[in-house]
Amino acid sequence: MPLLLSEEQQLLQDATRGFLADKAPVSALRKLRDSADATGYSKELWGEMAEMGWAGVLVPEEHGGLGFGAVGAGIVMEEMGRTLTASPMLSTAIVGASLIARGGSDAQKAEYLPKIAAGEMTTALAVDEGPHHGPRRTSLAAEPSGNGFKLTGDKSFVVDGHVADRLAVAARTSGEAGEADGISLFLVDREADGVTVERTIMVDSRNAARINFDAVQVAGDDILGSIDAGFEVLDGALDLGRACLAAELTGVARESFERTVDYLKERQQFGTAIGAFQSLQHRAAHVYSEIELARSITLKALQAIDAGDPAAARLASTAKAKVGGVARLATNEAVQMYGGIGMTDEFDIGFFMKRARVADELYGDGRFHADRFAELNAY
Amino acid sequence: MTDALADDQTDELAGFRRDARQWLEENCPSSMRTPSAGEADIVWGGRNASFSSEDQKVWMERMAERGWTVPTWPQEYGGGGLSKAEGKALMQEMKALGCRNPLYSFGIHMLGPALLKYGNEEQKKKYLPEIIRGEIRWCQGYSEPGAGSDLASLKTKAEDKGDHYLVNGQKVWTSYADQSDWIFCLVRTDFDAPKHNGISFLLIDMESPGVSTKPIKLISGRSPFCETFFDDVKVPKENLVGEAGRGWDIAKYLLTHEREMIGGLGFGLASGIDAAALAKETSGIDGDRVADPILRAEIAALEIDAAAFAATMERIRDEAKAGQGTGAASSMLKYYGTELNKRRQELLMRIAGSDGLEWEGERSNDGAMPRAWLRSRANSIEGGTSEIQLNIIAKRILELPGQ
Repeated sequence: MPLLLSEEQQLLQDATRGFLADKAPVSALRKLRDSADATGYSKELWGEMAEMGWAGVLVPEEHGGLGFGAVGAGIVMEEMGRTLTASPMLSTAIVGASLIARGGSDAQKAEYLPKIAAGEMTTALAVDEGPHHGPRRTSLAAEPSGNGFKLTGDKSFVVDGHVADRLAVAARTSGEAGEADGISLFLVDREADGVTVERTIMVDSRNAARINFDAVQVAGDDILGSIDAGFEVLDGALDLGRACLAAELTGVARESFERTVDYLKERQQFGTAIGAFQSLQHRAAHVYSEIELARSITLKALQAIDAGDPAAARLASTAKAKVGGVARLATNEAVQMYGGIGMTDEFDIGFFMKRARVADELYGDGRFHADRFAELNAY
Repeated sequence: MTDALADDQTDELAGFRRDARQWLEENCPSSMRTPSAGEADIVWGGRNASFSSEDQKVWMERMAERGWTVPTWPQEYGGGGLSKAEGKALMQEMKALGCRNPLYSFGIHMLGPALLKYGNEEQKKKYLPEIIRGEIRWCQGYSEPGAGSDLASLKTKAEDKGDHYLVNGQKVWTSYADQSDWIFCLVRTDFDAPKHNGISFLLIDMESPGVSTKPIKLISGRSPFCETFFDDVKVPKENLVGEAGRGWDIAKYLLTHEREMIGGLGFGLASGIDAAALAKETSGIDGDRVADPILRAEIAALEIDAAAFAATMERIRDEAKAGQGTGAASSMLKYYGTELNKRRQELLMRIAGSDGLEWEGERSNDGAMPRAWLRSRANSIEGGTSEIQLNIIAKRILELPGQ
């Protein structure tokens, strides 16, 4: 398969770009932040995005979605990276839909996927329990209780956790923290007894939450996939999330870089545009080169996921590790090249640096994924 | 190669792939399905071609006979006449069987494309078949002592003497000039014109009276480059390629090819020495992992960049095939690929530890590793320095203003 977007995918990209420029530019994120919006994204806008088909981009057509696959989801995410659009795209349309499509029973799929595709239900993945991503280290306890389980423990960095209708919770039903076996997935109502959600305002003004589970009763029907064998479903959905975050980070890097290059051509000092200075030209050309690599490895990972390629996990880690670093480089250089104005809150460029930092950390930073890459290559 | 097979868009292409594979299986000697043992073990062809084995000779000749030393050149000049897709399929099948490249040649990668684009019919008929058959070894005469990054300031003079040019001057960094049969050369035919306009592209037989070469010993201890001197060398007028004074266009076109070839090294060498396997030998094993966590992290960081770079080469090739792309991409590939290869060589030295410092003797294959490391330092200098590539990206792609 050529490492290019197909015609259909290019059309999706154009439509997405047009919609976001019109409805959700960077100023929309600023407005959500400045008004201390309780949801953290516009529900109305998410409804419109669902009408565009984005909420169901990964949902199979039989369940009311578009079934555009990982490349389609990545296209939407890259454009959202350009506009820093806050929405449940990642938490619900990508990770949530993928968890249910991969691990759900026929009944669960039939119940949840059409709702996700219609934009009527949102989800949040509760996986991390400490400041560093590590799904195998899951220790939140799930003990048998009645015909179901009781969940006890804490989760953090739960994206959209304070507003999602359902929480997908990784819990330990056997084994020890650090083992892939013994992890099970549960779908939990956010308003269930014993669930305490604290919204955490993050540096990028986007959503996350810390959640305490105090003997929360879940029914047997709410298990996603098989008991003790949830890790594979979890890791597969995470890989999709990681590759899509790489796509978002590619958008963040490209947009902040393009803005910076424009600025280098405008800003006059010493009687000339500062872009004429070789010290800045070489750094800009280096960032350009790194972004080219980011674009390629992201598309490679997304295509591999769609093709069911056995290398998909390794490529998802390659992309996440590489592009996180590239996006941090591009946004850091952007602020430096903008100079003093780049440090002001009034100016948008800082938002890109903040989002790059958060998206780099989410579902594993470069350190986590370099280690996973090495492990998957047997070193 | 089931993946590659699935790629074939037509039955015709799939059929070609099957035939090619069968032919390769029948005709590629088994010793030519092993990696070559370094620079001394590859075939450059030429009047005085040296082969380290009979198999090498057989393999080159069999491939040349089908035109598969240059699969996509037109058949009328002895090339394979394959489409791009067929050429790619052939490369994939060769890679799958581990077949060696039958012929390394500046004629194939540099002069040939220039002749195909700028040469006249007689020149194509005369030179291309010899290149394809590996009969003539070419070298490139561009840089001069006073013309490095500022190549267009070159001063080697070619005076118009009616039926011939009289060439005087000196070239430097001429790869393998002492082993080459002919040189393609940038010379100045007009000293009054602006510097880019007075340059011409001339083909010179190295056996012409007045041509001499002197190898330059490098920090690696090897001498892949020479100085080449021209002292009243008579060159027939018909050896001029393109128009007099328009040689810079050809030079730029050729430099693009050279950049692509050198840029590919960062990717190509990834299959040379397995850094992780070496690290397991030198730092020990923890389970199935490299025991030293810092080496492990450094290897992973490099291999992640190498994978992203390989994907970029793939994407840019696919874009070119689809008629997209910027054209200036070769500067980015050259810049990134060479810097990546330098990083790889640095890391291999760190992994090898004191073993990698041995300079002589059988154990170290006469210091193959440190010599490769030292050689790699030139990657970001030859064919346009990294700084020149960054200038080109800034100017042509980012369209940043000039000073």
